[in-house]
Amino acid sequence: MKRAFPLAAAAALLLAPALSPSDFYVNVATQILIAAIFAMSLNLLAGYGGLISLGHAAYLGVSAYLTVWLTTRAGLGHLAGAAAAVVLTTALSALFGLLALRATGLGFLMITLALGQILWGLAYRWVSLTGGDNGLSGLQRPQPFGIDLGSPRAFYLLAVAVFACAFAVIAVLVHSTFGAGLQGVRDQPRRMQALGWHVWLVRFFAFVAAGFWAAVAGVLYAHYNQFVSPHVLALTNSAEALLMVIAGGAGTLLGPVVGAVLVVMLKNVVSAYVTRWVMLLGLVFVAIVAFMPEGLVPGLDRLRRRGRPAGSS
Amino acid sequence: MRFWVIQSLNGLALGGLLFLLSSGFSLIFGLMRVANLSHGAYFMLGAYVGLSVLNAGYGFWTAVVAGGVALAILGGVIERVLLRRLAGRVFSQVLVTLGIAFIIADSSLLVWSGDPMPLPVPRGLMGAVPVLGVVFPKYRLAVVGLSVVTAVALWALLERTRLGAMIRAGVDDMEMARALGIPVPRLFTAVFCLGAALAGMGGVLGGPILSVYPGLDMDMLPLALIVLILGGPGSLLGAFLGSFFIGFLYTFGQVLFPQLAYVILFVPMVAAIALRPRGLFGARAA
Amino acid sequence: MSEPALRLEGVSKSFGGVPAVHGVSLSVAEGERRLLLGPNGAGKTTLFNLVTGDHSTDSGSIRLFGREISNLLPHRRVHLGLARTYQVITLFPRSTLAQNLELALLGLSPLRWNPFAGLSRRRDLREHALAVLDRVGLRAAADRTLASTSYGEQRRVEIAMALAQEPRVLLLDEPFAGLSQEERREIQQQLAGIPRRVTVIMIEHDLDVALSFAERITVLHQGEIIVEGNRAEVVADARVQEVYLGA
Repeated sequence: MKRAFPLAAAAALLLAPALSPSDFYVNVATQILIAAIFAMSLNLLAGYGGLISLGHAAYLGVSAYLTVWLTTRAGLGHLAGAAAAVVLTTALSALFGLLALRATGLGFLMITLALGQILWGLAYRWVSLTGGDNGLSGLQRPQPFGIDLGSPRAFYLLAVAVFACAFAVIAVLVHSTFGAGLQGVRDQPRRMQALGWHVWLVRFFAFVAAGFWAAVAGVLYAHYNQFVSPHVLALTNSAEALLMVIAGGAGTLLGPVVGAVLVVMLKNVVSAYVTRWVMLLGLVFVAIVAFMPEGLVPGLDRLRRRGRPAGSS
Repeated sequence: MRFWVIQSLNGLALGGLLFLLSSGFSLIFGLMRVANLSHGAYFMLGAYVGLSVLNAGYGFWTAVVAGGVALAILGGVIERVLLRRLAGRVFSQVLVTLGIAFIIADSSLLVWSGDPMPLPVPRGLMGAVPVLGVVFPKYRLAVVGLSVVTAVALWALLERTRLGAMIRAGVDDMEMARALGIPVPRLFTAVFCLGAALAGMGGVLGGPILSVYPGLDMDMLPLALIVLILGGPGSLLGAFLGSFFIGFLYTFGQVLFPQLAYVILFVPMVAAIALRPRGLFGARAA
Repeated sequence: MSEPALRLEGVSKSFGGVPAVHGVSLSVAEGERRLLLGPNGAGKTTLFNLVTGDHSTDSGSIRLFGREISNLLPHRRVHLGLARTYQVITLFPRSTLAQNLELALLGLSPLRWNPFAGLSRRRDLREHALAVLDRVGLRAAADRTLASTSYGEQRRVEIAMALAQEPRVLLLDEPFAGLSQEERREIQQQLAGIPRRVTVIMIEHDLDVALSFAERITVLHQGEIIVEGNRAEVVADARVQEVYLGA
């Protein structure tokens, strides 16, 4: 029974944007969900796993490119194209994980940055495959069961479904025995090793899981924009996702979601009113570090608990 | 033959600029263990400040000094007010330094607009001179010379002064340095100011070659990171050699394999990290 | 004649050209209580690190019940029955005592790879953890965070975690360091309760406590073994007196 109220509230919150009369806001909401799935995937690796990556956009981008390419140029159906994109991208993340996990800390950060930049460079230059700066376009949204996903509202509801699924699975993983091990490895890798945990393999699984969910976000991204360009692989994309995770609260379930809301809203909504929204974003980050360094979600939770009378949990 | 000479000299010039950018970055990381992700923005801001000083009618060398001083002040304030309390907190450092980079980038856009602007070459260094059988821009040669002079000056600072001794002690063993009574907080601020100043001056000196434009910060930052990895944190020699290695690699890469230029930059770094001999076989204890 | 629990032969390790451990050979019988003694820098903890795999050997062999382990990854050695505590307690301060114990119990369980098994739903795991805490008299504190317990209690939890894995060989690195008299007695009691079949090797500086625990003593000095024997033999040895008393 304790779960019922928050779940109902979450459902209401997620479904509300579909009721908005403005296409613009529905689309912003969709962007938020896609960013949230991407941020949640990075949070698995960086927040719960303690491995800070500056190249996570690689999986978002490769998945998006594969989705567009397989569906428009290789003749695969939408579902088959999406599935193949996710599978292939996850395989890539496994390969990159083997490389990146040769190091930890700064070395890991650098390898992930490098791998991301290599892919970005390739996307720019390998014009025959990727269309270079012009990107790949022409992806039409499918119409499963008669529902036209070309409609912003319908697509938004698809995004909600995917987001809810991602959130649920990640929540289960984080609270599982494996999840406990992952967090233990983050906090005390040497001790965990001495307790019998295979530290490298735990991190590897987290890396691949993070790649998988980023790939899922990539499929949505491709279908939402119906277009993909090298920008999806840019360092700024990876950096933004990392900022969403940290600002929202690394290592919490809601953190990346809140971070996604913050950044996407500033980018798309506030930017209409405040030209200097980038500066505002920077100031927000600095303020978070100054006042709530653990992130918005844990920080607000801390304030909430302090506001309660002593003795209540 | 001429091609090789020209490109080598270009590589040297770029390497020199990279050294100015990365020496500070490497010192800051080596001593303070802070990956200053605003460092590219410091380089860019230095260039913009230099541009304004030039537009106000002052000389080129005044502009260089102005760029250095402006960033030294800004860096000092940032370190004192924001970074000092974040020792060891990597997430917060990432968030704050990236946040500052965003602020600097957007403010620059506001003040100087988004058009790419080359800085004018100082009059005394205009034109080209014959060297090694080719005719090469005087200014670029001067940049190489200046970077070497800076390297020597930094070396002298580190090896021959008390400040330098303290920095080296801190890079080697922070605990010991503290135990020896070295004023660590002031040392941190001093090094941070120095690193920022170097980046700022590098930006102005790079202006005639790279121009200054929005996005210069994010273009330069990965290069500084690569040099840090290749050269090792806190190593002046490493930063020096690494900068020129990358300068060469990038220059020749751009010319010989433009499709793969960017890739070429990162491969040696990935190789260096991934193939490093492991002291603990298999164990990835943090 | 059964295999010794732990057997080192010609084990050496240098760091940056400086030898930390040099040509160490020793053999510990099953069920034995061995003490590793020696001044600071003698190489005792390095030896432990070589046995557990935190460092790789430069040369020499390490056999656990006859099986060569010097090429195995550290966690694999734990699965073969090796357990260890550290000089500095590196547990999980923000987790409860029960949660800390559960991580130890999971380390050897196939559940550790299960991304769907909710940790809080595993009653069996919790019961087991509580039972272990009960045996060390800390059941009442099971749901308190580790950070809220005393140093002595944390040390007991650490040893309990190692024992919960039912190891065959237990390495204790200075278990009495930083404890009060009262806390030392509690640890002594805990150690006395270790099943006979478990081989225990301890590094310790507190001579009184350690000597009462040990059956055989190996004395290290500058990375080499200088003396090995029972209490009486070691205390009487001239080299030991020289090293410890500067005689």
